[in-house]
Amino acid sequence: MTLSLLTGLLITIFTMNAPAALKPGDVAADFKLKNVDGKMVSLSDFKNVKGYIVVFTCNHCPYAKAYEDRLIAINDKYSKQGYPVIAINPNDPSAEPEDSFDEMKVRAKQKGFKFPYLMDEGQKIYPQYGATKTPHVFLLDSKRVVKYIGSIDDSPTDASAVKAKYLEDAIAALQAGKDIIPNVTKALGCSIKVKKA
Amino acid sequence: MQPFKLIALFILLAFGKEGNTQNSEPIKVYDSFDDFQQSELKLVDRGVKLVNFWATWCKPCVKELPYFQQLHEKYPDLPMLLVSLDKKADASEKIASFLAKRGITISTVLLADTRANDWIDKVSPLWSGSIPATLLVTEAEPVFFETDFESLETLMETTQIISYLKNIK
Repeated sequence: MTLSLLTGLLITIFTMNAPAALKPGDVAADFKLKNVDGKMVSLSDFKNVKGYIVVFTCNHCPYAKAYEDRLIAINDKYSKQGYPVIAINPNDPSAEPEDSFDEMKVRAKQKGFKFPYLMDEGQKIYPQYGATKTPHVFLLDSKRVVKYIGSIDDSPTDASAVKAKYLEDAIAALQAGKDIIPNVTKALGCSIKVKKA
Repeated sequence: MQPFKLIALFILLAFGKEGNTQNSEPIKVYDSFDDFQQSELKLVDRGVKLVNFWATWCKPCVKELPYFQQLHEKYPDLPMLLVSLDKKADASEKIASFLAKRGITISTVLLADTRANDWIDKVSPLWSGSIPATLLVTEAEPVFFETDFESLETLMETTQIISYLKNIK
């Protein structure tokens, strides 16, 4: 009894400290983060867009790497339709050196990213979104209302075995003014690397 | 002197070979989560099973493996399972030698069901999908932790694993 009370109390404390994770229908926060080209980028910098594909991703994670080419293709296809990709690295470089700002620049150049690849310096933004892993996608409409959260598709490690393109289906439904089903999916990913106290 | 050297070399070779082959037999692969769940997430007798989801490339996972091994050595009767989420091809040799090199003797399987959206919630609705992740299968509701453990002590305190163990000596 005491234990369950204590557990309840602990859960309450943890819930109070952690900002609530975004759910479909919530409004996502804008941000101002440094891009690999040294410029600061905010969602509000994008004019005349219909929405935003915000992806928490990184250099080191095999799942994130497996999605790089698909992310490039998605940006090529959908930025023209008004849905640009904005990639954010949520990891602390002291916890994961491969995800340092310099390494991000190298990776962006190697892969020829045409979308911003931003550093969540101080790790302030990912908790506001409730991102827990890389990769973790948030599709927002033009008013930054969350429309879809989760995985890009249903086959992270094998692009040739994709059966359901969750993100692209969500954009298509959004464009058609239809309900997005599913609007939340789950995938395996790498935990976000937090600076140890 | 010469034959002695030869014998020494022989012993060295024999043991060296033994060390390499020992433990590096393929680990069991599950292509379907449902098969995995049926065979591996069932309670046997001790009232609890400690299941850790990990991968060889996941640094925080690899860092906490020794704490799980210490727990295993402290309570050899505690049912434990490591679930590798590495690629299927790694099951033939890589994972077993990876574990052997680190002295990890906890039983290990590989879950190769890539449709994670279909099964993550079946492990726990609390799981967002990041690893490492640890599950306690208990006689009541399963208990889930999406975190890494910093020591044997934090592993034991956070999971309260001993409180679930029946007839523990």
